[in-house]
Amino acid sequence: MSETSGPQAAHAVHPAPQGFVRRYLFSTDHKVIAKQYLAIALFWAVVGGLSAFLIRWQLAWPGEPVIGSGLLPEAFWDGDSWLAQSLQYGSIPAEFYNKLFTMHGTIMVFFVAMPLLLGALGNFLIPLMVGARDMAFPRLNMLSVWTLAVASVILLISFFVPGGAAASGWTAYPPLSAVPELSEVNWGQNLWLIAVALEFASFLMGGINFLTTTVNLRAPGLSLFRLPIMVWFQCIAAVLFMLSVGPLIAGAVMLLLDRLAGTSFFIPSGGGEPLLWQHLFWFFGHPEVYVIMIPGMAAALEILPVFSRKPLFGYRLIVYATFAAGFLSFIVWAHHMFQSGMDPRLAMPFSITTILISVPFALMVFAMIATLWGGVIRFPTPMLFALGVLGVFIMGGLSGIFNGSAPADIYIHDTYFVVAHFHYTLFAATFFGGFAAIYYWFPKMFGRMLNDTLGKIHFWWTFIAFNATFLPMHLVGLGGMMRRIANPLNYDFLQPLQPLNVWISISAFVLMLGQLVFVVNFFWSLVAGRRAEANPWQANTLEWSTASPPPHHNFDTIPTVYRGPYEYSPPGVAEDWLPQHRPLVGGPAATA
Amino acid sequence: MLRWLPESVSTFSGDIDALIRLIYYTVGAWFVLTFAVILIFLVRYRYRPGRRAVYLPGNTLAQSAWVLVPGLVVLLLDIGIDIYGERVWEAVKLHQPPAAVQVRVTGKQFAWEVLYPGPDGRFGTADDRQLNGELHVPVHQVVHVTLGAEDVIHSFFLPHLRLKQDALPGRQLTVWFEATVPGTYPLVCAELCGTGHTGMFGRLIVHTPEDYQAWVKAQWPSS
Ligand code: HEM
Ligand SMILES: [Cu+2]
Repeated sequence: MSETSGPQAAHAVHPAPQGFVRRYLFSTDHKVIAKQYLAIALFWAVVGGLSAFLIRWQLAWPGEPVIGSGLLPEAFWDGDSWLAQSLQYGSIPAEFYNKLFTMHGTIMVFFVAMPLLLGALGNFLIPLMVGARDMAFPRLNMLSVWTLAVASVILLISFFVPGGAAASGWTAYPPLSAVPELSEVNWGQNLWLIAVALEFASFLMGGINFLTTTVNLRAPGLSLFRLPIMVWFQCIAAVLFMLSVGPLIAGAVMLLLDRLAGTSFFIPSGGGEPLLWQHLFWFFGHPEVYVIMIPGMAAALEILPVFSRKPLFGYRLIVYATFAAGFLSFIVWAHHMFQSGMDPRLAMPFSITTILISVPFALMVFAMIATLWGGVIRFPTPMLFALGVLGVFIMGGLSGIFNGSAPADIYIHDTYFVVAHFHYTLFAATFFGGFAAIYYWFPKMFGRMLNDTLGKIHFWWTFIAFNATFLPMHLVGLGGMMRRIANPLNYDFLQPLQPLNVWISISAFVLMLGQLVFVVNFFWSLVAGRRAEANPWQANTLEWSTASPPPHHNFDTIPTVYRGPYEYSPPGVAEDWLPQHRPLVGGPAATA
Repeated sequence: MLRWLPESVSTFSGDIDALIRLIYYTVGAWFVLTFAVILIFLVRYRYRPGRRAVYLPGNTLAQSAWVLVPGLVVLLLDIGIDIYGERVWEAVKLHQPPAAVQVRVTGKQFAWEVLYPGPDGRFGTADDRQLNGELHVPVHQVVHVTLGAEDVIHSFFLPHLRLKQDALPGRQLTVWFEATVPGTYPLVCAELCGTGHTGMFGRLIVHTPEDYQAWVKAQWPSS
């Protein structure tokens, strides 16, 4: 396909728009939009982290005034400011605790993980990796990020309306979420539903762009099986999201009608069915966790070959395994409902599909390990975080077997064992995967390198503190501690677990503190980091064939692709890498 | 790790613990194996000047066997866990032995109401008796608990008996258990049910046969 015909022609080289507003706020440039997603994700990560701080404070020292609250005068706490109303003289009442974990979960999943892993990574990388000038629909792209911004504002406002934010968990089970009198939350829950529905709309639009761009705007020679795994996985995630979210958007509208228009879709006293919501929610919810997991894994899968100087082991196998996992993710949803009162005869079929899903993920893990074998492995920060994804995800996958087994889940369901399990998977994707990606693609995004020493400190701090926090949480869960309880000390049988809870909380604070190292590194490197070359890691994929940062039109000439993305140390080549776009006549690598 | 489990005091709690133990040792072995292999690879294949990496794309069937065969082992272990689990699930949630004692437990914000049918064995008669948050049962007897909820979803959780079942408004569900050790155990709510969720709990009192008779006598003196 030549430069002047075909779909690429629609994206002929335009000059970058001038003026701050068109250039940075209402930009249609995928690279700017990716940064906007990144900014939204990092903002919400701070809010999500602060809520986690308060959660852990309360669980370690229930009822104690939050550290620092004593600095505010008595008169402040007598007042009727939002803070004084939420915290009673500095300590966290149960009502507020329920809001905290509800918003923590909502924020982390919908407003941190997705904007970071799909919004920022997908937007930035897909056009660059397929050799396109921009997304297929740049204006739609702008609309999707602005829809997310509106959703963010609505979610933020929901904290401050009378009655406060939603408090029925990120899963919002009715009737608790359907009847304001039952949860004592009124507009907070309505706004929560609206914000989440808008978020869905935003990522639906984003997904359309991901798929269309990948299908239509690939550079000449870039056949599907020469696409980097990141592109594959972003597209698979987009498909999973599209196919699963529809029923839940319908469910969200029904729940809103129950709350506002007097319907009873989910309220039994009016003839409704609460379990219907759970089915709609988890039919979406399980694919959704893979929507987060898969791009997080993709970051690791891109990075491991680069720093092992080896081809990714079993590229096609990994793609097929992910298809299989994606397919299976649509028939496992009821594993969240083993104890919900659905027909117990359904449990074992769902248990079988759930445990089966471990096979494709195991294949992915084995392929990652096989990639390391025989490599020449270096350990710069991106590699450390990529290995972190691998290690932490193995733990999360293994603990998932307990939850997936319906009879074991009788005991484990809704305990801290589950909380530990899903943090091992979600944190692996969101933060280990997210940081791996940021350290790796920061030079491409901003044209400067992050400091590697600070990066290593950040990695080890995060890795150790993460495990110190979440490993013992399994034990607390086995001890029987339920999730979503504001005061474990209310229960005699949980008293012996309290020292462990204190340990977990202190480790969590250390974990959060360690993120300051990243914040400092990020902002310092942004202005004073070493300038990055086009290809600082000697990597093969197309994004490294253009300048760092890339020009507005991405590529001065659209590259032609000759081979797959992971030709490291190929025979017949002097260097230990062979970029996708470098012509080479003859030789085995050229035909890969 | 498994010593953190609370004492196990029902006929099926041992089966659930055994399943948890089976999974624990299975995944524990995988954990040790994968981490050992990763660490060995990281040390052995770390960068040293002059060495070139092996070119191994893993595209042929022979090469993929390195991951397919362990994948097959995972599959077989999965099936094993499912087959073992099926029996346990059957015993706890599907097959209910005939009841010696029947009670109704209703969750409401924020307490468990326990209703006994009284000596006539029938609910809805004058000798029904309601207790708040106290479930009295005899040891070594099959108890049927019919669960319901008044307002929102609650979850009936007896940690020491390894029994959990959500209680739904607008629906009745029956679970069973047979306690094996007399004593007093927590009965808690495991599903978020509102602002008072963290204070919603009661007690399960497992009586010896004699104690249970005495308790029945005290509740229904006329019979
Ligand atoms: C600083 C790191 C984090 C800490 C210390 C932390 C801590 C916690 C704790 C203690 C809970 C349980 C609260 C309760 O049940 O009472 C919780 C719930 C949750 N967390 Fe995190 N978390 C962290 C990061 C994350 C991340 C990165 C994600 C996802 C991407 C996440 C997603 C969730 C979700 C979905 C829930 C469930 C909320 C609910 O029950 O409705 N968390 N977190
Ligand atoms: Cu799931």
